[in-house]
Amino acid sequence: MRINAKTSEKIAKCLIWTAALLVIAILFSIIAHILIKGIPMISWQFLTDIPRDMGRSGGISSSIVGTLIVTAVAVIVATPFGIGTAIYLTEYTRESRVTRIIRFSAESLAGIPSIVYGLFGFIFFVIYLKMGWSILSGGLTMAIMILPTIIRTSEEAIRTVPQLYREVGFSLGLTKWQTITRTVLPSALPGIVNGVILSIGRCVAETAAVILTAGSALRMPTSIFSPTRTMAVHFYILAREGISMDNAYGTAALLIILILLLNVGFNMLVNRFIAKGR
Amino acid sequence: MTQTSKIDIKGLNFYYQQKQVIKELNLELPKNRITAVFGPANSGITTLLRTLNRLSDLTVGARHEGEILLDGKNIFDPDVNVTELRRRVGMVFDVPTSLPMSIFDNVALGPRMGGMKSKSAVAEEVEKALRMSALWDDVKDRLDTPAARLSGGQQQRLCIARVLALEPEVILLDRPCSALDPISTAKIEESLMQLKEQYTIIIAPHTVQQAGRIADRVAFMLMGDLIEQGYTQEVFSFPKDNRTNDYLTGRFG
Amino acid sequence: MKSFKEKLSERVFLLIALSTLSVLALITVFIFIKGIPIIAKVGIINFVFGMKWAPSQGAYGIFPMIVGSVSVTIGAAIVGVPIAICCSIFLAEYAPAKLRNIFRPAIQLLAAIPSVVYGFWGVLFVVPMIRNYLGGPGLSILAGSIILGIMILPTIISITEVSLLALPRHYKDGALALGLTQWQTIHSLLLPAAKSGIVAAVILGLGRAIGETMAVIMVLGNAVALPESVLDPVRTLTTNIGIEMGYASGEHQQALFATGIVLFVIIMILNATAQYITRKR
Repeated sequence: MRINAKTSEKIAKCLIWTAALLVIAILFSIIAHILIKGIPMISWQFLTDIPRDMGRSGGISSSIVGTLIVTAVAVIVATPFGIGTAIYLTEYTRESRVTRIIRFSAESLAGIPSIVYGLFGFIFFVIYLKMGWSILSGGLTMAIMILPTIIRTSEEAIRTVPQLYREVGFSLGLTKWQTITRTVLPSALPGIVNGVILSIGRCVAETAAVILTAGSALRMPTSIFSPTRTMAVHFYILAREGISMDNAYGTAALLIILILLLNVGFNMLVNRFIAKGR
Repeated sequence: MTQTSKIDIKGLNFYYQQKQVIKELNLELPKNRITAVFGPANSGITTLLRTLNRLSDLTVGARHEGEILLDGKNIFDPDVNVTELRRRVGMVFDVPTSLPMSIFDNVALGPRMGGMKSKSAVAEEVEKALRMSALWDDVKDRLDTPAARLSGGQQQRLCIARVLALEPEVILLDRPCSALDPISTAKIEESLMQLKEQYTIIIAPHTVQQAGRIADRVAFMLMGDLIEQGYTQEVFSFPKDNRTNDYLTGRFG
Repeated sequence: MKSFKEKLSERVFLLIALSTLSVLALITVFIFIKGIPIIAKVGIINFVFGMKWAPSQGAYGIFPMIVGSVSVTIGAAIVGVPIAICCSIFLAEYAPAKLRNIFRPAIQLLAAIPSVVYGFWGVLFVVPMIRNYLGGPGLSILAGSIILGIMILPTIISITEVSLLALPRHYKDGALALGLTQWQTIHSLLLPAAKSGIVAAVILGLGRAIGETMAVIMVLGNAVALPESVLDPVRTLTTNIGIEMGYASGEHQQALFATGIVLFVIIMILNATAQYITRKR
């Protein structure tokens, strides 16, 4: 029997709405559960004290610091390379064998699992370059991991800048470099910032790659050569080894809050740019 | 011709890949006059304008033959500094394109990038340019606001000011009023009439009427050929070529 | 002078751009150098198809983990792909503008949640549910499939939505003008037209699933044995590395790098396929 058009329309519409609502419900349930259980654990002491007794008591200040510095190293290293690559792909060359190779490399890097980055970071930075388990090893490994994200978002952002902006730049007697930095990049800035924020989120959330490169030391790091345990790693160890569910929830809640802030912050940024007429 | 010519185009052919868009063009553009180059779409007018400041260099697969003399010097000579040329021959585009920065910074961009260091000199230049483009009174109290907040007509006058701040010798305008309402158009035309005292202006008008209103001389192009040129009055009243007559009277396919 | 500067800057940018290639090469070289010796020693057939993984006895066979990875990935596809495609149709065609502006950031957020949090949530809700209603230990292929199915949603949704939105407007207008309903237009016209994009999206999603480590470590049970049903625990290639890297040394560590090689090769094949499909369009 053929279902008539009207019925199939209704069924389809129903299924599609169900799927969408299901996804929202899952997202909401994950976030709500972590926040409800975790927020009560967050206190001034939790934020400022270092972990004590393997994390059973005390706070997570060393993990917060470690996370922030690993992320900073990654973003500081990856951003210039990412934007530079995007500028090369969009402004300095046309589609050629070279651009195909570069794109292939970037897309391949994007697909490599974080555990493989962890293996590479371990053998290359930790062992071969003798950096040991350290913030530097972790940050550099993360830099490679987020490079493709920054390239892709920057390239997209630069490509959407109208050709006319470049022509205005050139017609005002600007050199190529001046045209890129004064007219193209400012217009592409919101998109580029979006990529950087996405990448910050990835660094904060990453576990597999950093546990193999930055280690899992609970001490407060003293330099970028110190090993550290990022918040995601700390949460993983606490939860998996059942050390302290309370502190695990607290750490997870802080992670989720950080990620929510990054997402909200980004959306606010976009709105501000739109309001400014960009 | 009584005036001296600012630009002298000699035997210009222009190609995109295999397609020829300007054919054997010879045209003199007199100093301190407005010359309007008009014709139907795809006549090569935009290409001609873009060639005059070598913006055409940016187009992949474009090539040319012939000479364009600016004050007697061929702009295609290898020793010509292209960015220098573009500062001398400024261009205003059909879509008002303010850059994503403040009104002041838009106008100051050219002078600053050209090496003007002194803040007061830049500010002076910006004010002068905005006054000449008749935008000063509208924006003098909000120079720091984003240029994108201006209306279309104001943005186009900002674009003119941006070019004027370069202290150019020639101003090219490619259908500058095609996106504007009649009142904004009238204001811009008024500015242009005053600017010609100091500059050589070449405009691709978006209507024949605009050419009639502001141009001292006109040139009619069709499919890459220059059909006819001369004083506006003469060409409009007594076109020598039937095709010009057809186009002016609207009997054109 | 100017043109020299221009040329120099082009060179500099080319060098920067080639950093992606050099990093990819470095990764490949170092992982292979570290992992190849043990594969050579054990023999590639014994390594890939060996049933026994007992590093203390020098037995390195990863076949159960390959089966584990493949089965969890297929499971994730079964769970995730239909939901993802429905969601992208929702975004591209059905959602009212207001809802779309909530839904899209929500999907972004889904991608931003740390994988360890997914794993944790899986242990708390999915695993007990399976244990109570379906039996078995709960830590199982099914649990992993559900968690991974959720985790690959953002990848598939965003790429599918882009390929749906990239279709020329007149496709839809033309079909609607012929009196087709919205759903008829979507499934008879838009989905087939966007097919290559959707296939690429699914492949990339599968790549994400097969490469995921931390979430599945927590819900799969990690037993090195061939599973007999979806309720059995398994160990994947990634979890094998994730669990044992912490204490492995010598040959054992090499064997984990060799596991990484197998994973790397699978991922590169998936990536290249997805890229090939997208290019062909």
